[in-house]
Amino acid sequence: MSPTVAGILQLSLLVALLAAVHRPFGDYMAKVYSSEKHTRPERWIYKAVGADPDSGQRWGIYLRSVLAFSMFSLLGLYALLRLQDKLPWSLGFAPMKADQAFNTAASFTANTNWQSYSGEQAVGHFVQMAGLTVQNFVSAAVGMAVAVALVRGFVRVRSGEIGNFWVDLVRGCVRILLPIAVVGTIVLVASGTIQNLADPHTVTTLSGGHQTVTGGPVASQEVVKELGTNGGGFYNANSAHPFENPNAFTNLVEIFLILVIPFSLPRTFGTLVGSAKQGYAILAAMFTIWFVFVVLMTWTEMHHNGTALEIAGGATEGKEQRIGVPGSSLFAVSTTMTSTGAVNSFHSSFTGLGGGITMLGMMLGEITPGGVGSGLYGMLVMAILAVFVAGLMVGRTPEYLGKKIGAGEMKLVAMYILVVPATILTMTGVALALPGERASILNSDSPHGLSEVLYAYTSGANNNGSAFAGLSANTEYYNVTIGLAMLIGRFVTIALVLALAGRLAEQRQVPETVGTLKTHKPLFVGTLVGVVVIVTGLTFFPALALGPLAEGLA
Amino acid sequence: MATNASTRIRVFLAGLRALLVLTVVLGVAYPLAMTGIAQVAFSDQANGSKVKVDGKEVGSSLLGQSFDIVGPDGKSTGQPDPKWFQPRPSAGNYDPLASGASNYGPENADFIQLVKDRKAQVAAFNGVPEDKVPADAVTASGSGLDPHISKAYALIQVDRVAKERGLDPAKVKKLVEDHVDGRVIGILGDERVNVLELNIALQKLAATK
Amino acid sequence: MSTTVQTPQTTAQAPEQPPAPGRVAAGLFEPRQLLKSLPDALRKLDPRVMAKSPVMFVVEIGSVLTTIMAVKDPSTFAWITTVWLWLTVIFANLAEAVAEGRGKAQADTLRKAKTDTVARRLVGGTSGREERVPGTDLKVGDLVVCEAGDIIPGDGDVVEGVASVDESAITGESAPVIRESGGDRSAVTGGTKVLSDRIVVKITTKPGETFIDRMIALVEGAARQKTPNEIALNILLASLTIIFLFAVVTLQPLAIYSHAEQSIIVLIALLVCLIPTTIGALLSAIGIAGMDRLVQRNVLAMSGRAVEAAGDVSTLLLDKTGTITLGNRQAAEFVALDGVTQAELADAAQLSSLADETPEGRSIVVLAKTAYGLRERDEGELGHAEFVPFTAQTRMSGVDVTNAGVVRRVRKGAASAVNAWVAERGGSVPRRSGELVDGISAAGGTPLLVAVEDAAGARVLGVIHLKDVVKEGMRERFDELRRMGIKTVMITGDNPLTAKAIADEAGVDDFLAEATPEDKMALIKREQAGGKLVAMTGDGTNDAPALAQADVGVAMNTGTSAAKEAGNMVDLDSNPTKLIEIVEIGKQLLITRGALTTFSIANDVAKYFAIIPAMFAVAGGPAGLAPLDKLNIMHLATPESAIISAVVFNALIIVALIPLALRGVRYRPLSADKMLARNLGIYGLGGLVAPFVGIKLIDLLVSLIPGIG
Repeated sequence: MSPTVAGILQLSLLVALLAAVHRPFGDYMAKVYSSEKHTRPERWIYKAVGADPDSGQRWGIYLRSVLAFSMFSLLGLYALLRLQDKLPWSLGFAPMKADQAFNTAASFTANTNWQSYSGEQAVGHFVQMAGLTVQNFVSAAVGMAVAVALVRGFVRVRSGEIGNFWVDLVRGCVRILLPIAVVGTIVLVASGTIQNLADPHTVTTLSGGHQTVTGGPVASQEVVKELGTNGGGFYNANSAHPFENPNAFTNLVEIFLILVIPFSLPRTFGTLVGSAKQGYAILAAMFTIWFVFVVLMTWTEMHHNGTALEIAGGATEGKEQRIGVPGSSLFAVSTTMTSTGAVNSFHSSFTGLGGGITMLGMMLGEITPGGVGSGLYGMLVMAILAVFVAGLMVGRTPEYLGKKIGAGEMKLVAMYILVVPATILTMTGVALALPGERASILNSDSPHGLSEVLYAYTSGANNNGSAFAGLSANTEYYNVTIGLAMLIGRFVTIALVLALAGRLAEQRQVPETVGTLKTHKPLFVGTLVGVVVIVTGLTFFPALALGPLAEGLA
Repeated sequence: MATNASTRIRVFLAGLRALLVLTVVLGVAYPLAMTGIAQVAFSDQANGSKVKVDGKEVGSSLLGQSFDIVGPDGKSTGQPDPKWFQPRPSAGNYDPLASGASNYGPENADFIQLVKDRKAQVAAFNGVPEDKVPADAVTASGSGLDPHISKAYALIQVDRVAKERGLDPAKVKKLVEDHVDGRVIGILGDERVNVLELNIALQKLAATK
Repeated sequence: MSTTVQTPQTTAQAPEQPPAPGRVAAGLFEPRQLLKSLPDALRKLDPRVMAKSPVMFVVEIGSVLTTIMAVKDPSTFAWITTVWLWLTVIFANLAEAVAEGRGKAQADTLRKAKTDTVARRLVGGTSGREERVPGTDLKVGDLVVCEAGDIIPGDGDVVEGVASVDESAITGESAPVIRESGGDRSAVTGGTKVLSDRIVVKITTKPGETFIDRMIALVEGAARQKTPNEIALNILLASLTIIFLFAVVTLQPLAIYSHAEQSIIVLIALLVCLIPTTIGALLSAIGIAGMDRLVQRNVLAMSGRAVEAAGDVSTLLLDKTGTITLGNRQAAEFVALDGVTQAELADAAQLSSLADETPEGRSIVVLAKTAYGLRERDEGELGHAEFVPFTAQTRMSGVDVTNAGVVRRVRKGAASAVNAWVAERGGSVPRRSGELVDGISAAGGTPLLVAVEDAAGARVLGVIHLKDVVKEGMRERFDELRRMGIKTVMITGDNPLTAKAIADEAGVDDFLAEATPEDKMALIKREQAGGKLVAMTGDGTNDAPALAQADVGVAMNTGTSAAKEAGNMVDLDSNPTKLIEIVEIGKQLLITRGALTTFSIANDVAKYFAIIPAMFAVAGGPAGLAPLDKLNIMHLATPESAIISAVVFNALIIVALIPLALRGVRYRPLSADKMLARNLGIYGLGGLVAPFVGIKLIDLLVSLIPGIG
């Protein structure tokens, strides 16, 4: 069987699995977030937290809760990293220096998991578990909570209350992420992913040399790294590392875990708003773009354009033999389009166009299907934008799911679509203008070098976390600026989304008529895809031209 | 105002308490419980799929390792040992403490030169024309720890290894073919040969000669 | 028999427009207007004016910068680019100026009506002393007297007397109207002229805020406030502008890193091409033109918000009389009793109605003629005829014809009255006649009994079936509205039975029978509680609360000032059917904005393909960027010609679209889906493709310029 045919079958299998699961799972998530009952352990948690799980929150309080929790997450993780030499299972690692600790804490709190450190050289087992693994869970749960809050904005009429953050956070963790993580860990360990608390130990190799074999509670973190679209690898090589991703089966499992929540949340959305079709429209837009990107990526990687790759005879640099080119392409698109940022192959060594596809995938705003929760709320914001333009074209004040899109809503939407591109472009421009920061570039003085910096800020501000890793980003400047980009890209957007949710929840419901724009029809899906690609994609066209396009068209 | 301020403080403190509670559940209980289960149920896999030869651990079947000539100081000389099947180039020299990739872009001049040099080296080392050298032989993996090579790369090494060890090339070729793993369930991943396992089998074959 | 009071035909001032689909007609647009408006367009270059439109303001700043650069470092390329950037700004202003210019002519006519008048103020009640004061000194509550030849000095209500008034200054209609104290025709408008009689008017509006003042402000665009949708769209356009500003400003360090530093002029050209100038330039013209389209139809919107709301309306409340049906009942059928021929009945019916000048009476004559071929007879033909007029007491009308000494009395009227008349004369009333009467009533019609007394005695001949006649084409119109998602509710004072019959015939979705103002109000509130926007028309004072409550309340100009005050639109023609057109204009306004926004954004794709290769894939440029030449899929001649072509296209497309902005996108009542498909096809795909063609064509011309090609 040719690699292409195998790749097509692998893709088909993945799509079939997602298709089978998204419906029951999406409905399950809808039930989790709308149930009025609390389990006993949850009650204990609410008691410990000191929150009344049955009180509703207006958007201001909801946002303050998100920010308070995330601030303590940031501070707590920062403290763990700075004090890790005093902690058990530190493997003798020194405390992380301040700028890198800030970058790492911001990164994991913001569901980005950009890593300017190398896991096996800098972080002990305890911090991996109590710091990083925890944030892998909770930052994902925060994203889902915000998405559900926005959906409630559409559903609720003249209320203003958009749920209770503590309930959404806890349920996201214990009812959705944790059960899947437990099952996923067992599957991964059974397939070869390691799960121990061992120190590194040195063995004499077959040829008489020495090799230091590492240990760690990898599987338990690996599974939530993918499931929560986090992406921070236990090891530097991330999911390319055989201990994280030992074979092609685990590779498919990991891709599935990356995509399962983002591709199921539209169903949750549809169920919560009482119209499965609305959910499918969102899903269709997400899936279309993701699918086209997978096809393009696989095509360009199989054709391995680029001087060095043509000499080598394949785009295999930075890719693993057991996973192959199609499996790497599929992973690359899935990880960059979900704000995951885990990698099983190194994007910097992809073909020029392939590298461009990974970047464009992030630049679209991480909404196809996007990170857990963040993908849904990002896509809903784009849907509002598409509704606005298309709604005008049918001669009515635009409305989405019965809520009018007026000046107040558009202000929030406009800021949402503005904040991330502005952050990326400004920070990239400034970094490239500073001679000192240029020195970090590996493939210097070339379009690829420009891509390294552009990729870094794109990845940071979009909370992806993957990298054109040639860039030596562990400098004070990059640690601080990328750290800020991640926080802006995460929390400014969340604030805007929650404000939007609050506004929508206060509105009354406009009944649907034949004069209403049908937001569940293919025509609207097409419009939405067009708006996503043109409005956000075009912003980056000049920058992409100087980077991956110049490289890829060579 | 007073209630407003107290609400704020309550929300603020709830953030801290929630983090502490969830850290206990997700950061301590969950990973330790999983480690316990893994150690009991899948001890071999959970501890890194160790490979032992004569009862002595020589590495992990998941991790590639270097088959360079080892100098008298016990360190690698950087020269590939012709007696062994050679793995792919590694950006981290097969050191698990430095996993990772080269991150070279496809137009990088250094990288282009490196690929050219490797191609020439592999061709000469195995005595085959350059167009027989497959891509994986001249490109580094993502992890720097790739335990596998392509079937094609293994096959071009057969004659050299057989010659070095004085073995029948046909037997060595058979050995390679026995060690080719197909795609998982026929469609996942790529065809590959585990270099460490092949070399262990090779060593056994040589010993029974 | 007629129960309708004879009134001047105020509701029939406007000729009934036959409804036809897609009738939101084009406004006039002549290329000459462009030239005429040029001075205004130049005046608008004032940055304080420009700042109102963020997109065009950015273009103006860009133009200033390029001018400075071109002066410092002149070249053909720099100057051509500079000139075209300025033209872009001017074209945008031109669009607005042309739109405003069309209102100005109308305003001038209105101003003539607003010549300073001298008011004859009464001091001390209606019978008090008269004093002459300037019209501008009048206060609310003042009483003024107007006699034949006087110009009414301000808006107010007639409190005494009745007069015919020439309102042509406002409505353009030359036929005089009657204004009288009390009732629903008491409102007079300042600037109109009393033609006969004497009235006393109580001033209800301060000078400067009169109807005519507001109208002038409105048509001139001075009072134009941005509508909610326009504000929302402006926010979107501003944010897109800011995003592209970021993209272009940050491009320079990226370009420098790539050894391809760009000149300021080129960066500004790129920026101007990317920001949504097309819609930014035309946005205010679209709004002004939308209001203008209403004014052309003699509708005055007190706010743009109302026009926009009209597009959103999902429930239309329509008064039955005058809107759905012709003003009056008409004879539809003659039903003869057994033993009476149709011709006999028709003849009697016609005879009894010859002198009946009510619409009902005339309709009987017409029916007799069209259905039975009975020629209308002159009174003289009948020999001695004595007509018996209708009175409230007899509730009958008819004629006594004396021919050769024989008196033949013919009567028609309400069943009970005619029955009594027959019985009184010794005739008998057959049971069948009662059945017929009941049947017609049950079907929603009005039965008139026809009886005769002659040599053969008194007897009932048969029944005339009067019914409300639904205007032609209404059913199609309501079907259309339904397709647009608008529900129509007929409001009538009729009983439910009658109402249902007419509702069914006209094809409205619902009806409100025996409607009181309170019922109307309740209905509006109920609809609104369900999230619907409601539009209605009204003229009476008792309509005022409902007009105020409705999202779109169109007051008839003939109505009371309370009604006009309460509504947010006034129809000068007092034609209730126009509500449907108002809805269509509202929709068209939104569609035009949406279509041009889509077009504008879609344009960017082609511009990138023109400018990006021109910026970076240049001869002697960095080798690493040379592959970008592959993006030059239009094969534009040189980098300079490519950039100029994009800028020129960007400017010309504004001018090219001015007629569309003024006229509005062609509107057809379609479902939302079909409309979206159509507009996306034209303006979305068109917006993608058009600039590729346009830029290529311009490039072919531009490349002929020495130093560019």
